[in-house]
Amino acid sequence: MNGTAPPTLEVRNLRTHFFTRAGVVKAVDDVSFSVPRGKVLGLVGESGSGKSVTGFSVMGLVDPPGRVVSGEILFQGRDLTKLSEEEMRDLRGNRIAMIFQDPMMTLNPVLRIDTQMIETVLAHARVSREEARQRARDALGMVGIPSPEERLQSYPHQFSGGMRQRVAIAIALLHRPELIIADEPTTALDVTIQGQILAEVQKLSATTGTALIWITHDLSVVAGLADEIAVMYAGRIVEHGTVAEVLDRPLHPYTVGLIGSVPSRNRRGEPLRQIPGMTPSLLNLPPGCPFRARCPRAAEDCREEPPMREVVPGRDVRCFRPHLEAAEEATA
Amino acid sequence: MSDLALDRAAAVPSVAQERVETPFRRFVAEFAESKLALLGLGVFVVIALTAIFAPWLAPQNPYDLGQLDIMDGRMEPGTVGGAGFTFWLGTDDQGRDMLSGIMYGLRISLSVGAGSALIACFIGASLGLLAAYAGGRTDSLIMRLVDLQLSFPAILAALMILAFLGKGILNVVIALVLVEWAYYARTVRGTALVERRREYIEAAHCLALPTRRILFRHLLPNCMPPLIVVATMQVARAIALEATLSFLGLGVPITEPSLGLLIANGYEYMLSGKYWISFYPGIALLITIVSINLVGDQLRDVLNPRLRK
Amino acid sequence: MSVYMLRRLLQAVAVVFAMSLIVFVGVYAIGDPVEILISPDADQIERERAIAALGLDLPLWEQYFVFLSKALQGDLGRSFVFNEPALRLILQRMPATLELAFGATIMALVIGLPLGLYAGLRPDSPVSRTIMAGSILGFSLPTFWVGLMLIMVFAVQLGWLPSTGRGPTREFLGMQWSFLTWDGLRHLLLPAINLSLFKISLVIRLTRAGVRETILMDFVKFARAKGLSPNRVIFVHVFKNILIPVVTVVGLELGSTIAFSVVTESVFAWPGMGKLIIDSINVLDRPVIVAYLMIIVMMFIIINLVVDLTYSVLDPRVRLEAKGT
Repeated sequence: MNGTAPPTLEVRNLRTHFFTRAGVVKAVDDVSFSVPRGKVLGLVGESGSGKSVTGFSVMGLVDPPGRVVSGEILFQGRDLTKLSEEEMRDLRGNRIAMIFQDPMMTLNPVLRIDTQMIETVLAHARVSREEARQRARDALGMVGIPSPEERLQSYPHQFSGGMRQRVAIAIALLHRPELIIADEPTTALDVTIQGQILAEVQKLSATTGTALIWITHDLSVVAGLADEIAVMYAGRIVEHGTVAEVLDRPLHPYTVGLIGSVPSRNRRGEPLRQIPGMTPSLLNLPPGCPFRARCPRAAEDCREEPPMREVVPGRDVRCFRPHLEAAEEATA
Repeated sequence: MSDLALDRAAAVPSVAQERVETPFRRFVAEFAESKLALLGLGVFVVIALTAIFAPWLAPQNPYDLGQLDIMDGRMEPGTVGGAGFTFWLGTDDQGRDMLSGIMYGLRISLSVGAGSALIACFIGASLGLLAAYAGGRTDSLIMRLVDLQLSFPAILAALMILAFLGKGILNVVIALVLVEWAYYARTVRGTALVERRREYIEAAHCLALPTRRILFRHLLPNCMPPLIVVATMQVARAIALEATLSFLGLGVPITEPSLGLLIANGYEYMLSGKYWISFYPGIALLITIVSINLVGDQLRDVLNPRLRK
Repeated sequence: MSVYMLRRLLQAVAVVFAMSLIVFVGVYAIGDPVEILISPDADQIERERAIAALGLDLPLWEQYFVFLSKALQGDLGRSFVFNEPALRLILQRMPATLELAFGATIMALVIGLPLGLYAGLRPDSPVSRTIMAGSILGFSLPTFWVGLMLIMVFAVQLGWLPSTGRGPTREFLGMQWSFLTWDGLRHLLLPAINLSLFKISLVIRLTRAGVRETILMDFVKFARAKGLSPNRVIFVHVFKNILIPVVTVVGLELGSTIAFSVVTESVFAWPGMGKLIIDSINVLDRPVIVAYLMIIVMMFIIINLVVDLTYSVLDPRVRLEAKGT
């Protein structure tokens, strides 16, 4: 893509496990992906599929009883899993920023917006309070908040949900990070606000060259936003490819089911298909393909874990029986 | 059936056939998880038995003046008295054996505490049930009273009542009941409000069961867990409050000294270094209250469905 | 804001009337009013004259009206023992009690907040378990007995601190205070510790629960994601949030601290309102009892109002709602 320049983020064989009293929960189990500069990766999956934990692993914010067990998280070539907490804190909010799901919960209700923004500036830059305030004001302006000076002196509860998420995004942008991890940032918002925020973020990542990981369960959100998609299921990435390829010609039975269960304009009148069964508990997951209990194509060999492999050039999938017919049809 | 589900089913050991798990057994097992709570329970049982059998266990009847010898007054713990037996915990100014005094004092403290808690529980639970069941004006009237009661510290309310009524065991019990009924009422009302919306109450209504039966046979049993927890804690509170009131000279009369009064009696001797007259009754009081609280703490954890995973 | 305040004030006034009725019924209906309000030493003629003077021959509702109108003029009767207006007597003793209660409250916060914070941040460490076990003990220990033990250890055995009394006082704002002299402070220390014991346990538990709850909130994780130092996350983001419930409860508890000072004052012979009320009950100085009760009720209501206001200052959400209504 960008020639030989290393990607902004490259995750290799990441495993993040939670050691609970009931047993080990393998929330992230052998996950690899990379995000180049200025590109958007959509990390898609149901709740509990491990996509948020992946995000927190990159941030170094996995709390006990969870921890990153193995793997590498290369951020601009540096392995984040080897950094000290101090070094990690230097990167957080500075070179890597995160936006959370529920804007009602991410801002501290008892601190003013200016306090919460200025502290972020001062955590990473040696500037005067006035300078920090100026940067905060600029950031608010950048995400389209009118009369930023006045808004700085407000408390979070004086903003609407959409406005709060803009504030959270402004905080994430304060230090012009190389990587932003957005964990379902629009799920809690109205559809119109969602659209505005998506457009805003897309514009920003294109102009600043920021790499973006967009975590969501909503395929329609990534469809218009992401460059690549990684589909997660039970702590693993089961399919990976560009947006067009994955959405138009899904290979993994789970992706096929996921797409089939989204209402679409093109298939009006057709009944929605649903994936039978439930997401398995990640606690003491039996070996083999975790999707096999719900998979229409499951067979005896699925009792073994399928490896991630390139079945079609540029298309990685973790399945013994991918929907190759569809892919061949398309290439034919 | 998918093979995943089959795998799972096979993995579950068939414990169920070996031993039937009744709610009571589960409750006992969960309670026993805390060694501290078990210890508390054990200690409390010993204390209660000591109080009940005090007349047979105590070396001396501390209120039979014929058995007292003023020459034995203010003896240090471990001294052998004129009557020939050892005063393990010393004697008070009248020559009373403190150990016997404490055993008899426990009787008064425990019976006043438990008795007032039971009466308060009965009154409070009934009013709470009534408030939840009747709703409307009755409910708001009762709850206003509860709020008013709870907004004043127990000690103040008890002082007020005793200031009006005067000393005496009965008056102390009345004061404790008046101070504590509100806790029960609030607890029962809260639970009952949730429970009365459940299907089994609707079913009882559909069967046209009499109100009294619905209240006491259907609603009340389901409000029991939180009520038991509150009652346990309130017994400890009642005992402490009674001791405080008696210490202040507003509680039990001198002829029926509870632990609090024993401690008060030793107060003036404490400054001259004769610590044991106040110290040991205090230890007895402390152990009693702590053991009840330990049991109550564990009961709350076990019986509170919100804390259960 | 003003409507909200007005409503709170009206509620407060309603409670005062309700309590005055209860006290009235207590004094005039349950007990024998003659015995309560007229000195037991009075002879027959004096008694009859007093009965007429007090209007005890009037119907009950009229008596209540008289009682109320006198109370509104600040006349709550005269003490039999001191032969002074009961109200003035109590107000004279009030600084001593307030000093004790505030001392205990400050101590509870200064000791309880750090311990609770630690126990909340490291819930499984042995130190935290010890702190929590200690707090159970703090709840269970009867105040008066702990007071005795404090005297025994620090005054009698070690001789470090005085056992009873208030020590020398100094005038400030027209009232006498102990905390302004060194010896006064020494006298204050043991009673304040004694009175604060229960509150310390309370603050520890509240703080710990608050920390455990707040630390799981998204905004704490977001604050960490911003790259803030752990100290800033804990002492600004977490602490400011838990301060609200803790301050509310401790503020509300100020009233009960004042009430419970009855016990501590009796143990340490601290010459405050609490000691006065106990002495008054013991000698049946009923006008003082009535006056004390009414003053305590007023105090409670004022404390509740002040806490509500403080709360709205600390929690911006409440402030807005209050403005809205």
